[in-house]
Amino acid sequence: MSHLTIPKTYKLYIGGKFPRSESGRTYEVLSAKDAFLANAAKASRKDARDAVVAARAAVSGWSGATGYNRGQVLYRIAELLEGRRAQFAEEISSAEGVSATAANRQVDAAIDLWVWYAGWADKYVQVAGNGNPVSGPYFNISTPEPTGVVAIVAPQDSSLLGFASVVAPALVSGNTVVVLASERLPLSAISLSEVLATSDVPGGVVNVLTGSSAEVAPWLASHADVNALDLAGAGALDWVDLQITAADTLKRVLPPEDGVPAPSVERVTFFTETKTVWHTKALV
Amino acid sequence: MTFLEYAPAPESKAILNLQKSYGLFIDGDFVKGHGTSFASISPATEEKIAEISTANARDVDVAVAAARRAYDRTWSKLAGRDRGKYLFRIARLVQERARELAVAESLDNGKPIKESRDVDVPLVAAWFFYYAGWADKLDYAGLGPNPRALGVAAQVIPWNFPLLMLAWKIAPALAAGNTVVLKPAETTSLTALLFAEILQQAELPDGVVNIVTGAGETGSLLVNHPDVNKVAFTGSTAVGRAIAKSTAGTGKKITLELGGKAANIVFDDAPIDQAIEGIVNGIFFNQGHVCCAGSRLLVQENIQDEVVDRLKQRLSTLRLGDPLDKNTDIGAINSREQLERIRTLSDLGEQEGAERWTSDCAIPDKGFWFAPTIFTNVSTSHRIARDEIFGPVLSVLSFRTPAEAIAKANNTPYGLSAGIWSDKGSKILAVADKLRAGVVWANTFNKFDPASPFGGYKESGYGREGGRHGLAAYLQSSGWHDPDTRGLSSSRSDTRGLSSSRSERIETSPAKKPAKKSPKGVTK
Repeated sequence: MSHLTIPKTYKLYIGGKFPRSESGRTYEVLSAKDAFLANAAKASRKDARDAVVAARAAVSGWSGATGYNRGQVLYRIAELLEGRRAQFAEEISSAEGVSATAANRQVDAAIDLWVWYAGWADKYVQVAGNGNPVSGPYFNISTPEPTGVVAIVAPQDSSLLGFASVVAPALVSGNTVVVLASERLPLSAISLSEVLATSDVPGGVVNVLTGSSAEVAPWLASHADVNALDLAGAGALDWVDLQITAADTLKRVLPPEDGVPAPSVERVTFFTETKTVWHTKALV
Repeated sequence: MTFLEYAPAPESKAILNLQKSYGLFIDGDFVKGHGTSFASISPATEEKIAEISTANARDVDVAVAAARRAYDRTWSKLAGRDRGKYLFRIARLVQERARELAVAESLDNGKPIKESRDVDVPLVAAWFFYYAGWADKLDYAGLGPNPRALGVAAQVIPWNFPLLMLAWKIAPALAAGNTVVLKPAETTSLTALLFAEILQQAELPDGVVNIVTGAGETGSLLVNHPDVNKVAFTGSTAVGRAIAKSTAGTGKKITLELGGKAANIVFDDAPIDQAIEGIVNGIFFNQGHVCCAGSRLLVQENIQDEVVDRLKQRLSTLRLGDPLDKNTDIGAINSREQLERIRTLSDLGEQEGAERWTSDCAIPDKGFWFAPTIFTNVSTSHRIARDEIFGPVLSVLSFRTPAEAIAKANNTPYGLSAGIWSDKGSKILAVADKLRAGVVWANTFNKFDPASPFGGYKESGYGREGGRHGLAAYLQSSGWHDPDTRGLSSSRSDTRGLSSSRSERIETSPAKKPAKKSPKGVTK
């Protein structure tokens, strides 16, 4: 008895929902062997702006959650990834043309990466913050806070791990993100969105766009409601122009990297702002 | 003169031993600049103080080359302990020459001597003392393994706190092991050049600090010089934006400390006497030439009339005049250009419907002056509630609830500082959490300390000055990475610049393109 398969429709992930591109456009995603895998949505400027609106709306809730809470939510992503390992391994294998073993190792690495970053949510403030011994009767303390909305160009040559390696650190402190998935390897990002949608990450905290990075990235770089830009996967784009555009609103910008960025606490603290609060002390 | 009237109490200029003209300070010596020199005048009298050189492109090249040479041959090879000793020497010399520096600063900048004497110069010494102690303790700063200097730092500073901004820039740069080329503001070069004499007295190795004078063009040549590794700028958001653009893609590490439009929030349960003093200090300190000035007073509606009346009474007692007079509260506006800007924006305030009150005080015949001014009936859309005036002008807005105060306070592209006045601690902490500003003063305002990080959110710039965070702005490290994460370790990259300093790379093998082979690669 044969079973006729039901192919998945890959859409965008914006504000906790899975819309098609408002433009109605799609593009063909091919396997490593040039076989047709899926039609992915080709996001437009309007989709990018919708995603920023959703991300901005989610900032207060996500950044207002306790670090303990955010840590648990991020950890739960790892739990769900583990449960759906077979699906991700198969997707990676067909998209990247790597062996099942290599695909499984990438899933392992992505899971470990989420667990590692999850643990930082209630600790990075202690590492990056400071009590300051000022010369006078004042209580003075510096603490890092999320910068707000971070737009990310995900690494181009890794389907799952590359995406996770840039999204997870931005989320740790309470930022919300708009991510341009790898143009050639976008399917794992959308499948991961299904994990996010069911793992207590509030809608709008992660927004995923697929399509042409060269077309959409400039709109994110120039958007006045985006606070920071991570150009990790933008090495092949005119990324200096993106950085120049981002300077109009003095966005914080991380330049492109080769390959997949390793887990680092600097990736967490880069997307934070340090706030220093002074309070007078009575003279007793 | 009657009882309780002030007699003039001017600080003597005899302590100064100024030269008629000053050159650039490059490689340990004063040298002639090749641009067109200009006069530095006293804004209180419009009298010329000295002729100042302008550094042209060639001079900037020579200064950067001197800094590079000093970095390569001397400063980067010196033990941290010895770098620290030079900084301690500088701190002591600043203290010894404190009066002279204060007089020069008030003469050149126009700020009251009581401020240059009691705030600016003591903080300059404190800044060098604080960072001197860090020079041999970089490994303990918690900034990642193997912290290292960046190289040559290009630093451009404003005219509002000339010597203090110099200290904020040079002290951490040298402590971290960098060498420096600094450009003071065109209208206030004098104390930077006196500071160069202090460096000679301290026998700081030649080229470790170079000072080039001139206008914006000199600054632009400096920050865009290809052989600088670090750019630190304090000044307007417009120039900061231009620097962010021109340095894009260069890998230079950037610190920008830009404009502000701080909200000073006064709740009805505030200690009102202290609040009045704090509001006055917040906006009239240094003639309001303060990027973190509390230029927007947000006062709870039920106490607005009382607060505004008391402010007017208090402002009527402030003395405006000779900056060198020890009784003076409000000095001169730094330049004719700045005075025009303050006048233009204040006139706009009236045109847009705000109600203007100006303190009735005598204005000297010569020089640049602007009497303390308050605008009431200001709405959030008014230019005087949005643009940085950078003068002794306070815009008063009211609010009813903490949520409204927070919304109004954050309704600005700036995010440098804010003030909160209330006797209720839980309210202060809750409001402080919600304010998008880099420095929040609760029941105080305009406090600065070398141990306390300072810098903005949003369009007020990025990076911090002061404290451990201020040290980080002049260092790179190999980065903190998780050594255990499976399959993710790779060789450390160790090149210059922001991206490479913070990241190790993992290589994956793209399916279609030729792969960058890596034995430790993830998907290989």
